[in-house]
Amino acid sequence: MASEGAGPDATFREYLQQGRFMIQKCAKCGAFIFYPRLLCTECGTSDLTWQAASGSGTVYSTTTVRRRAEQGGDYNVAVIALQEGPHMMSKVVDIPSADVAIGMLVRAAIDQTEGGPLVVFRKDA
Amino acid sequence: MAASLRGSTAIVGVGTAGIGQAPGRTHLELLAQASASALAEAGLTLKDVDGLFTSTLVNFFPTLTVGEYLGIRPKVAGGTNLGGASFVDHVMSATLALNAGLCDVALICYGSNARSGAGKHTTMADQPPYELPYQPRMPVSAYALAAARHMHQFGTTRRHLAEVAVAARKWAQLTPEASERGPLTIDEVLAARMISDPLTIRDCCLVSDGAGAVVMVRAERARDLPKKPIYFLGGAAAQWQRQVSAMPDLTVSSAAESGPRAFAMAKLGPQDVDVVQLYDAFTINVLLFLEDLGFCKKGESGAFVSDGGIAPGGRLPVNTNGGGLSYCHPGMYGIFLITEATRQLRGEAEKERQVAGAEIALCHGNGATLSSEVTAIFGTAATV
Repeated sequence: MASEGAGPDATFREYLQQGRFMIQKCAKCGAFIFYPRLLCTECGTSDLTWQAASGSGTVYSTTTVRRRAEQGGDYNVAVIALQEGPHMMSKVVDIPSADVAIGMLVRAAIDQTEGGPLVVFRKDA
Repeated sequence: MAASLRGSTAIVGVGTAGIGQAPGRTHLELLAQASASALAEAGLTLKDVDGLFTSTLVNFFPTLTVGEYLGIRPKVAGGTNLGGASFVDHVMSATLALNAGLCDVALICYGSNARSGAGKHTTMADQPPYELPYQPRMPVSAYALAAARHMHQFGTTRRHLAEVAVAARKWAQLTPEASERGPLTIDEVLAARMISDPLTIRDCCLVSDGAGAVVMVRAERARDLPKKPIYFLGGAAAQWQRQVSAMPDLTVSSAAESGPRAFAMAKLGPQDVDVVQLYDAFTINVLLFLEDLGFCKKGESGAFVSDGGIAPGGRLPVNTNGGGLSYCHPGMYGIFLITEATRQLRGEAEKERQVAGAEIALCHGNGATLSSEVTAIFGTAATV
């Protein structure tokens, strides 16, 4: 196993810079892996491949983090169950956080933030 | 083989210090004060300590810093950091070390001035990179996500969560040492300032000062020391993930693994437990752990805690000092599960909150964001 060049973490971020939300799939056991890792968490092998995430997900849980208006106001934090299986933390944007409901179908987008490109979700029309 | 640990070690001294507010004191001063109290109870001194187990959120090398401060040169030291559950885990590490003959007197200790030292709060270096960009207010948002899911899946209500906070306050009102003893009603919890939905400030533990210490020796030596020994009967630690977003099911913690393993070692079940100490960093914790440890079925904890179910006079005495919600919470509460269980099993708690005839206690520690779960079961000599 080479230990030079971009590892899974850097590779994921490079894809995001290119506007692509990619996740890993184990070539041996077929498990989908998120967040990006070196070894498959299901079978332990290092044969992880990249593929485009479907972008489809369901709100698995949601919370509204309360924040003073002058500091930017309330915002959403959610756990999204990706169609491929893994859960990821994200946020549902463009609707009030109070309207984000468990079970809501959502779709991934890559938003530009101060910290760089970030996977967020919008309610699936 | 694990069964041989049952009854092999005992707690012979406990101490607490600076519960609530201790302005002017460093965390090490508070830790030392609690340690001195625990050793005095045991009829031992710092010079007898040859096993040191400690963890803090402010020391990168906790056993080194604490060992030097106390003037201890331990033969064995353990600084495993599982968050607030650490000290329950240290009970097992100490039990292993004592059984192996690596040490004869184990001191498990913790101190924090998280309240009085406000502003000096260190930010944990270990911030999960795939959660951090979404700005969850940790740890409360993690528990809020678990609570929201539990409510969705089982019909649990904010009122059920509030029952946990009010029960804790009622126990604290019977505990002179507890830091929050004022009146608290269900409606006041429901009307309190929301922090991360569905959890209000009253669903969250305190931010306090406080220190605790526990002294353990092998069972045969315990019988010769001044205090009634409280025996280790069983324990287990479990960890399934670090980040809350990595939990496959937000309504099931790895207490569902640590509990059964601890009960198996103790050769006991939930029905045998007289008094329960659950790490209540947030109200939802208590609901999850009552279910995962088998005190009620999955999804039925809301009904279990209703109508004062875990308050004084309820169906199960839980967090009999007021817990992290009302007794104290200096950042890592786990040590206080053990100090309170010991006081209850010795029959030393103040009269109104003493659980009559308590022989078996369960302590359950939780760490980080439902990340580590550690269960330990203790009993009197009659249970060994």
